Amino acid sequence: MRALLGSRLRRWTALVVAVLIVAAAAVIFWPRSTETPVATRDLTLPGAKAPWDAAPVQLDSTLYLPTATPAPAVILAHGFGGSKASVVDDAQRLARAGFVVLAYSARGFGNSTGTISLDSLDAEIPDARALVDYLATLPEVRQDKPGDPRVGVTGGSYGGALSLMLAGTDPRIDAVVPVITWNSLQAALFPNSAEVGATGQGSDGAAGPKTPAEVTAGADGVFKKYWTASLVSSVVLGGALGNTAQVDVGPGGIGGGSQGGSGAATTGDPNGGDSGTGAATVPSDRDPGCGRLRLEVCAAYARAADTGRIDDALTKLLTRSSPSEVAGAITAPTLLVQGEQDTLFPLDQADANARAIAANGTTVAVDWYRGGHDGGAPDPETEDRITGWLQHYLAGTGPVPSAAFRYSVDGGVTDNGRPRTRVLQADAYPGIAGAPAVRRTAVQLQGADQLVLNPAGGTPAAISSLPGLSQASGGLSSLLTSALPGQSATFSSAPFDRLAVVTGSARVRVTVSALPSVTTTAGSAQAATGPVLFAAIGSRNSAGTVTMGRSAVAPIRLPASAAEGDTTVTVDLPAVALQVAAGDQLIVRFTTTDQAYAGPTSAAAYRISGVTSVSVPEANGVRVSAGEVPIGTLIALIALAVLATVGLWIAGRLRHRPRPAPQAAAASGEAGPDGGPDAAADGTPDPAELDAPVLPLTIRNLSKSYPGGVHAVQDVSFEVRPGQVLGLLGPNGAGKTTTLRMVMGLIRPSSGEIAVFGTNVGPGAEILSRIGSFVEGSGFLPHLSGTANLLNYWRATGRPMADAHLDDVLAIAGLGTAVRRRVKTYSQGMRQRLAIAQAMLGLPDLLLLDEPTNGLDPPQIHAMREVLRRYAGTGRTVLVSSHLLSEVEQTCSHVVVINQGRTIAAGRVSELIATSGEMSFTVDDPPAAAAVLTAIDGVGEIEVLGDTLQVDLGRTSPAAAIAALVAANIAVSSAAPRNRLEDVFLDLVGATGTGPQQGDPA
Amino acid sequence: MSPVHHDQSADAAVQVMRSLPPPKPVTDSGLPPGFNASRTLPVRVELGRQFGRRRTQLVLGFMVALPIILAIAFAFDTGDDGGTSFVDMAQHSATNFALTTQFFSATFLLVVVVSLFFGDTVASEASWSSLRYLLAMPVPRIRLLRQKFVVAGLMSLLALVVLTAAAWILGAVLYGTGSVSTPTGESFTGWGAIGRLGIIVLYLAVSLIWVAGLAFLLSVSTDAPLGAVGGAVLLAILSQILDQIDALGGIRDWLPTHYSFAWTGAMVDPIRWDDMVRGGFSSLCYAVLFTGLAFWRFSRKDITS
Repeated sequence: MRALLGSRLRRWTALVVAVLIVAAAAVIFWPRSTETPVATRDLTLPGAKAPWDAAPVQLDSTLYLPTATPAPAVILAHGFGGSKASVVDDAQRLARAGFVVLAYSARGFGNSTGTISLDSLDAEIPDARALVDYLATLPEVRQDKPGDPRVGVTGGSYGGALSLMLAGTDPRIDAVVPVITWNSLQAALFPNSAEVGATGQGSDGAAGPKTPAEVTAGADGVFKKYWTASLVSSVVLGGALGNTAQVDVGPGGIGGGSQGGSGAATTGDPNGGDSGTGAATVPSDRDPGCGRLRLEVCAAYARAADTGRIDDALTKLLTRSSPSEVAGAITAPTLLVQGEQDTLFPLDQADANARAIAANGTTVAVDWYRGGHDGGAPDPETEDRITGWLQHYLAGTGPVPSAAFRYSVDGGVTDNGRPRTRVLQADAYPGIAGAPAVRRTAVQLQGADQLVLNPAGGTPAAISSLPGLSQASGGLSSLLTSALPGQSATFSSAPFDRLAVVTGSARVRVTVSALPSVTTTAGSAQAATGPVLFAAIGSRNSAGTVTMGRSAVAPIRLPASAAEGDTTVTVDLPAVALQVAAGDQLIVRFTTTDQAYAGPTSAAAYRISGVTSVSVPEANGVRVSAGEVPIGTLIALIALAVLATVGLWIAGRLRHRPRPAPQAAAASGEAGPDGGPDAAADGTPDPAELDAPVLPLTIRNLSKSYPGGVHAVQDVSFEVRPGQVLGLLGPNGAGKTTTLRMVMGLIRPSSGEIAVFGTNVGPGAEILSRIGSFVEGSGFLPHLSGTANLLNYWRATGRPMADAHLDDVLAIAGLGTAVRRRVKTYSQGMRQRLAIAQAMLGLPDLLLLDEPTNGLDPPQIHAMREVLRRYAGTGRTVLVSSHLLSEVEQTCSHVVVINQGRTIAAGRVSELIATSGEMSFTVDDPPAAAAVLTAIDGVGEIEVLGDTLQVDLGRTSPAAAIAALVAANIAVSSAAPRNRLEDVFLDLVGATGTGPQQGDPA
Repeated sequence: MSPVHHDQSADAAVQVMRSLPPPKPVTDSGLPPGFNASRTLPVRVELGRQFGRRRTQLVLGFMVALPIILAIAFAFDTGDDGGTSFVDMAQHSATNFALTTQFFSATFLLVVVVSLFFGDTVASEASWSSLRYLLAMPVPRIRLLRQKFVVAGLMSLLALVVLTAAAWILGAVLYGTGSVSTPTGESFTGWGAIGRLGIIVLYLAVSLIWVAGLAFLLSVSTDAPLGAVGGAVLLAILSQILDQIDALGGIRDWLPTHYSFAWTGAMVDPIRWDDMVRGGFSSLCYAVLFTGLAFWRFSRKDITS
C-alpha cells in the first residue's frame, strides 16, 4: 500500500517537476519585452536665435543618463515629422551602452518653439551648437577641456543631416553617424542625372567615377513631388494626413525607432497631443497654410509644387540646408549609414558625403543596409556597428571600428515571396581615402531604336515607387517593375556568364531624338521645359521575370534645345546593389513618366537610341552574412536523425534479460502445500520433474494494487508442478485473472515474485515463450480468417513453422471449414475454441487457460476436459482458472482456491474433499447407526437429519464405516462423501472473512 | 463419467491428443528451440497483418483516386488564366500536377493518413485484445512498439509515394512530362524536376514525423483507435490554427506545423534549404519527444485491455 502510494506520488512528482522545468525554460527564454529603465531628466534648453527669430527658441529635451558618469555624450536628433519622443528606444539603447544621451525636439517639432527651417545653417544647426554648449556644463559628461565636451552626434534623415552639419560647423564634435540622409537637398529633391554631351567619360568602355555611387547632379532637376509633398504636408497638416505623415518619419531616430517598419515608426504618432504641431492642423484665416514651416520655405515649396521647377530662392534655401556646404570641414570620424531602399535620399547622397569628408583626410566608413525611407530601420548588425563606432571614438573602448564598405544584396525572390539577402563587405569604400577605385566593366547592350511617348497631361504615369511603402508592397512589386506600354524603351545585355553584383551607379550613354508631336507642332511649352526621361536599371531572369533595382529611377531633364533633333547624354543610372545572376540579363530602361516626379505634361514623342554599352561598377565584396542554411540546426537535425535511427535499431534488439529466480532452487526442492506425496500418490511418472526439478510455475506472496487503493491481488502463493492440471478456483473478482495476467507479464506485480521454469517473469520475459495462454477472451484480428490468424500468430513468434503443430491444434479447435472464414463472422464459442487452439500452438510446456469452457457446448466441454487431462499427461502442465466448482472438480487433479486476492487453500482435489472425512449415510435406523459409528475409534461428531447421518469419520475409512454398519444389520441405502469441493469451498470462503488464512487446510 | 453424446469435432480433438509428442527439450537458455525475442513480430508479418485490413486498402486506394478526382476537377478549367500559384499551374506538366496534389494534401489529408497509420496501430490491437497475446508471446514491449512504428512508417511513406506517383503518372498522361513551372517564374526540366519532387516527398515525410510521434503516443495511451487518430488530427489542426494568429509572433516558430510548407523551397534555384532544415529539425524534435514518451509509457504500462 505504501509502495503504491509512493509510486503514485512519484508519478505526480515527475509531472510537477516536468511542468516546473518547462515553466523555468519559458521564463528564461521568453523574449524580453521590457528592459531596465534608464534614468532620464526632462529639460527645456535654450536654442539659438535665428536671424528671423525674435528670441532664442526653447528646445524641449530629455537627458538619458547611463549608470556610470561622467560619460561621453551623444546628441540624438530625430527625423522629419518626429520629436524627441520618437527616438526614445534609440536613446535608451545608447544610454545602456554607456552614453549620456541628449534627445531633443528640433525647432518647430514637438514641444519646441520656433519654425521649421529644414536643418538650416542659420537656425537648426546653431540650435545644436547651443546644446553642445549645454553639455559642456554638465558634470555627468566627460569633458575634453573646459567648454569642450566629449560628444558625438547621430540621427536619421533630418537628424542625420543635422549631425553632419553640426560636425561640419563645430570642431568639438568627436564622432558622427548620420543615417539615411542627404548631401545636397537640391540634388535629392530635384535630381537630374544627365550630363549633356559626349564627354567620353563612361560613354563607352568602363570609364566612370572612382566611387561606386557618384551621380551627376545636373541643374534644373525634376521635382520629386510625391515625397516632398508627403513630407511637407506632414508638418503643415499635422496629423490630418494620417498615414502620409507617418510615412516620412521613418528616420524618426536612427531610422525610426523600434518598430522596424519603414519609418513608420510612428505608430502612435509621436506628435499626438503635442500642442506645437497640433496648432497647425486647423488653418485659420491668418494662417497661410504653412503650419510650423518657416514662411520662406513654405512659399518656395509652394512655387515649386506649382511649376515643378526649382527657382533661385529655393535653391538658396536648400543650399543653406545641405551638408554639402560644410562636409569638407568635418574632422570627426564619420560612419555614413545609407539605405538601399530609399527613393528619397538615395545611395548617391552618402557617396557625395563620403567624398567630401574623405577629401579632408577624415576617417569615413560607408554602410549600405537593406532598408531606408522605403524599407525600414537599420538591422541589429548595423545598429551594433553604429554603437561600436561611437564607443570607440567617444569612450575609447572597443576595437578600432572597421572602415569596411558593407552592403546588402538581394538574390532572386524565392518561394516564400522574399528575396534571398546576403551582406557583402569590401575592405574600404572604393575611390576615397586612397582606396582603389571601384571596378567598372563595360557591358554591351542590345536593343533596337525604340519610340516612347509622353502622354498628354503626363498620365497615366508609371509607378516606380510609393514613397515609404515600397517594402510593404509585396503584391505590388510586380506593379512597380512594370512599365506602361508605349512609354518605355528597354535595352538588355546578353545573359551573364557569371554572377555580378552591380554596386553603385552604372553609367550609360543615350541618344534622344525628339519626334514631331501634337504639342510641338502647336508650339507649346514643351520646348521651355525640355524633355524629361526616367532611367532605371534592373535584371531579368531566364523566365522573363524582371527585378528593377530597388524600384528607383534616375530622372533626367534634357536641355530645352533637345526638344528638337538628336541629343546625346550620359546618364548615371540609380545607385543600387543589384544582383545579376549567371544566365540573367542586365536591362536598362527609359520611361517617359513617373508618378513620383513632376514630369512635363505636354504630349511628346522621342526615339531612344545609341544605347550600346553600360559601365557597371562592382565592389567585389565578400560575403560576411551567415549562410542561408542554419548550420547548427542542420547538424542537430542530422544528429537527431542518426540518434533516432540508432534508437529504433536498438529498440528492436532489446530483450528481457532472463534472471533466475533467487528462490527457484529452494522452491523446487521444498515440498509444496501438499507436494510431498503428490507424484507418487498420483502414480503417474513425471519425467520432467525427474530430469529437471524446475517447477513450471511458482508464485510467492504476489500482490497487485491499483492507484486508489484497490487491491486486486493481496497475497497469492502457489506452485504448479509438471504434469498437473491445476485449477485456480475462486469466485468472480477473486483475483484469478489478474494473477494470470501477471504471470503473462502484462501487469507488473506490486510485490511478490513469479517464476516460470525457474526464471523470474516480468514484461516480455523470454521464458514466457514456454507458456501458451488464453486469458479473458480471444484476441484475433477480425479481418483475417481463423487459419490466417493462427499462422500470423505463429509467424510473429519467429519460431520454425514445423514446431507449430498447426494441424493438431486446428483439429483440437474442431472448426472444420470455418477456419477459412473471417473471424468477425465467428460465434463466441468458435472464437473460444480458436483461441484455445492458438494457446496450444507450439505445444507449450505450460498452458494457462482462463475459464476455457465458457461458451462451449456440453460435448465440447467434455472433450476439452479430456484434451486438458491428456495434454498434461504428455508431461506438460495446465493451469485452468474457473469460478465453477464442478469444472475444476471434473477437470483438475489439483486445485488452488483463492478469494479476495488471497490463496486460501491448495492441494489435490480428491484430498481436499477427503481430508474433511465427512460422510453422509442414508440408513433405515439412524439412531442405531449413530451408535455403531460412535463406537468406532476416532469418529467425531454425528448429526442425524431424518434418515440421513452426517458423520465426521476422521481417520476411519468410509469402507470400514460401511462394513461396521452392515455388520450391525443396518441397511445402508447410500453412502457418499458429504462435503464435496463446493462445501469445502464455501467453508473456506466463509472463513476468510474472519482473517487471513494461509491456504493449507491439512 | 463417460460422455453420453458424441460430437465429431470433440472426438477429433481427443484423437489428436493421443498422438501428441512429448515436450521438446529446451535450449541451454531454457527457451523453446528457435525462439529469439529479437526476431519476434518480423516487419514482414506485421505488414501482412496491416495490409489485410480494409482500412489500409482504402487509404491507398484513395491516394490513387485523389489525383483522378483533381484531374477531373481541373478539366473544368477553361484555360490558362496566367495565375502564379501552384494550383494555377497544375496543368503545366506532370510534375506541376504532382506538386498541386501535394499542395492540397500536405496540411490535412496526409496528416489524417499518418495519424491513422500511427494512431491506430497499437490501439486497435488493444481493442481486439490481440495485444496481450502478442506481448505474452512474448514480443518484448520495446520491440513491439518499434516494429509497429517501423511498419506504420513504411505504410505512411508508401501512401505518400503512391499519391505522388499516381499524380505524376496521371499528369504525364494528361499534361505531358514537360518542364515544371514554379510560381517564382523558374522552370526545371527532366530529372531536375523529378529530383526536386523527390526532395519534396522526403521533406513531407520528415515534416509529418511529428504527427506520427503524437499519434503513436496517443495510440499507446488509449484502447480506442478513434481517440488516438482523432486526437492527433485535432492537435495538428490546433497547431495550424495557432500558426495563423499573428499576435503570437515568434512563438509560432515553435509550432510543429509552422514549416509545413517549407517544401516549396525545393522549387527555387538554388534550393532554399533553410526553412526545410528548421522544419525538419522541429518535426524531428517533437517526434523524438512524443515517440520517446510513447516507449517510456508503454514499457511501464499495465496491459489491461
